Amino acid sequence: MGSALPEVGEFAGAGVSMVRRLSGFMHTLRENDFAVGLQEGVDAALVLALPFAARRDSLRSALKALVCARRSDWMRFDQVFDAYWLGWGHRRVVHIATHGKAATPAEVRQLAGPDAARDGNSRLGDQVPREDGAEAPADAHGRMEGASRVERLAETDFRKIHEPRAMAEAHALAERLAKRMRTRLSRRERARLKGRRLDLRRTIRRNIAHGGVPIELAWRKRKRRQLRLVVLLDTSGSMSLYTAVFVRFIHGLLDHFREAEAYLFHTRLVHISTAMREKDVTRALDRLSLLAQGVGGGTRIGESLATFNRWHARSVIHSRTCVMIVSDGYDTGAPEVMASEMRRLARLARRIVWLNPMLGWEGYAPSARGMQAALPFVDLFAPAHNLRSLAALEPYLAAL
Amino acid sequence: MALSREQIAERLAVAGYVADRDLPVALQLMELLDRPLLLEGEAGVGKTEVAKALAAVHGTPLIRLQCYEGLDQSTSLYEWNYQRQLLAIRARESRGGSDGADAREVEQDIFSERFLLERPLLAAIRRPDRPVLLIDEIDRADEEFEAFLLELLSDFQVSVPELGTIKAASIPRVVLTSNSTRELSDALRRRCLYHYVDYPDVDRETRIILARVPGIATALALQIARMVEGVRKEELRKVPGVAETLDWAAALVGLGVESLHDAPETVHETLRCLLKTQEDRARITPEVSARLLGKVA
Repeated sequence: MGSALPEVGEFAGAGVSMVRRLSGFMHTLRENDFAVGLQEGVDAALVLALPFAARRDSLRSALKALVCARRSDWMRFDQVFDAYWLGWGHRRVVHIATHGKAATPAEVRQLAGPDAARDGNSRLGDQVPREDGAEAPADAHGRMEGASRVERLAETDFRKIHEPRAMAEAHALAERLAKRMRTRLSRRERARLKGRRLDLRRTIRRNIAHGGVPIELAWRKRKRRQLRLVVLLDTSGSMSLYTAVFVRFIHGLLDHFREAEAYLFHTRLVHISTAMREKDVTRALDRLSLLAQGVGGGTRIGESLATFNRWHARSVIHSRTCVMIVSDGYDTGAPEVMASEMRRLARLARRIVWLNPMLGWEGYAPSARGMQAALPFVDLFAPAHNLRSLAALEPYLAAL
Repeated sequence: MALSREQIAERLAVAGYVADRDLPVALQLMELLDRPLLLEGEAGVGKTEVAKALAAVHGTPLIRLQCYEGLDQSTSLYEWNYQRQLLAIRARESRGGSDGADAREVEQDIFSERFLLERPLLAAIRRPDRPVLLIDEIDRADEEFEAFLLELLSDFQVSVPELGTIKAASIPRVVLTSNSTRELSDALRRRCLYHYVDYPDVDRETRIILARVPGIATALALQIARMVEGVRKEELRKVPGVAETLDWAAALVGLGVESLHDAPETVHETLRCLLKTQEDRARITPEVSARLLGKVA
């Protein structure tokens, strides 16, 4: 760590021990996800050598201005500072809702596979009573007789896929589908860019060499904002049979889609875009399972949406944004919160798509109170229980 | 000689800006490290005011560049005065004589200083007296512009193909503001010192009102600050900023209100200074404003 600082002797104003303390502080900051590099280390040491650094509050202010780079840093800094310099002993400050890294190592592999997911099921409070068989699409296998294996897989409810190999195949299919969706959407974007107008100013500028006779023409292209997709994925217990597939789907979307952001929520909201942009799926899932740990209890959709609206919406939602919520709508919070947050979200986003896996179940009616409260604000309410229903989304998104 | 923190705080106060605890140190660091300052915060918390106050502190002019989507170099840095150039060419032509040697002369002439239009960025680096350069709402500009700006902020020189490289006469004090409508690049964030401007607490807001609204009594200023704090806690679409508070305070003073409790109806009616959307106005009913008023000691 000492390498982050140049020769100690250069900072004669500050004692050697002080510089060492400072370098320890830099290290602590890095552990707490501050982007502190070599340059910040050098600057901090410079600051330390200045006369006013002798007072703790001005040292605090100076280091704060120096090492913070965003609001989430700003809000956590004082805590980390106090913990280090006043010796309160915290090594790491956890702030899931706004920044998103959990402190404890992964124990839940909820997202990695269907088996692990089912194990984790029992301790979560918002389980959905399920009578298997009653809502099983009876014809899922029979009707597809003779069709290719892939096609049959596309029709099968994700819950019904038990064999690990079939599950892996479904995952890969979901990811491929997402990628295909991404490329087609982008191609459509490009075709639209053709509206061109003459750029008078540039034309004149370019033709001064010809004595003002317009020989080379300059054109103005219309710049359109790319469609941005914001995905909010419910990873609570009641959704556990589906999350694995959706995580793969989102990974596929984010992989190449520049304009996409993903969050997951259970009792809290966690930003997962960075983790999901990991090219390698298994590593992405590993990073994700760290983030995905819900603290027992139910899903708080309304509150998670509130966090999203308050802190994230403004930076990720623009005029061509589609918000996709993947959830079964079983909310343990108050339906009023849900309704008011959905209203706020509806105002910000161009479209809200709600994917509810249970909608594909026979005889399911969206009667959960949370779902009822949210429905008036949803532009498209669609099932997402098999691959075919995911694929059906594409034309809708392309039309935005 | 760099100003001390106390001097900066003092001069900020003279300029009518009531700073929070961290700001004077950040401004001082800016001076010592020659780094730009990035200000973030909700709309209406007075980010732009910081730059104005900074200009007043150092007694230098303020040059402002307002960013928007599609802002490019020709509107931010420099541009040639095409109309004048064309006129100059025509004028020469009418005087007759246009052989080869002359053409080069014409070119040299029309791409000289006389025909160069300075835009804010160029103006800022050509001034000798270290002006304050305010780059407002950088998040509205495109990513390409941000990259260009980053280059300018590290080299402080501009190359104009027809003229050559223009070096900065002095390094301007750069203040960037952002409303975080778009995530800024990490490179820019790391290049800058950072300060988050929050809504002021009651004490600071009271001092701001006292500094900015002439002829207001301290007791009323305190009441207003408390009331505004209450309003901010309501679920509003547009949370009122400091500018709104000042409008409201000025309105109350203008109406001759001496204490909020004396005129609850006037208070409710003038609350529209704080509430800028129909929806928010509908939300703060007379009952709500009475309840908020009740909490104000």
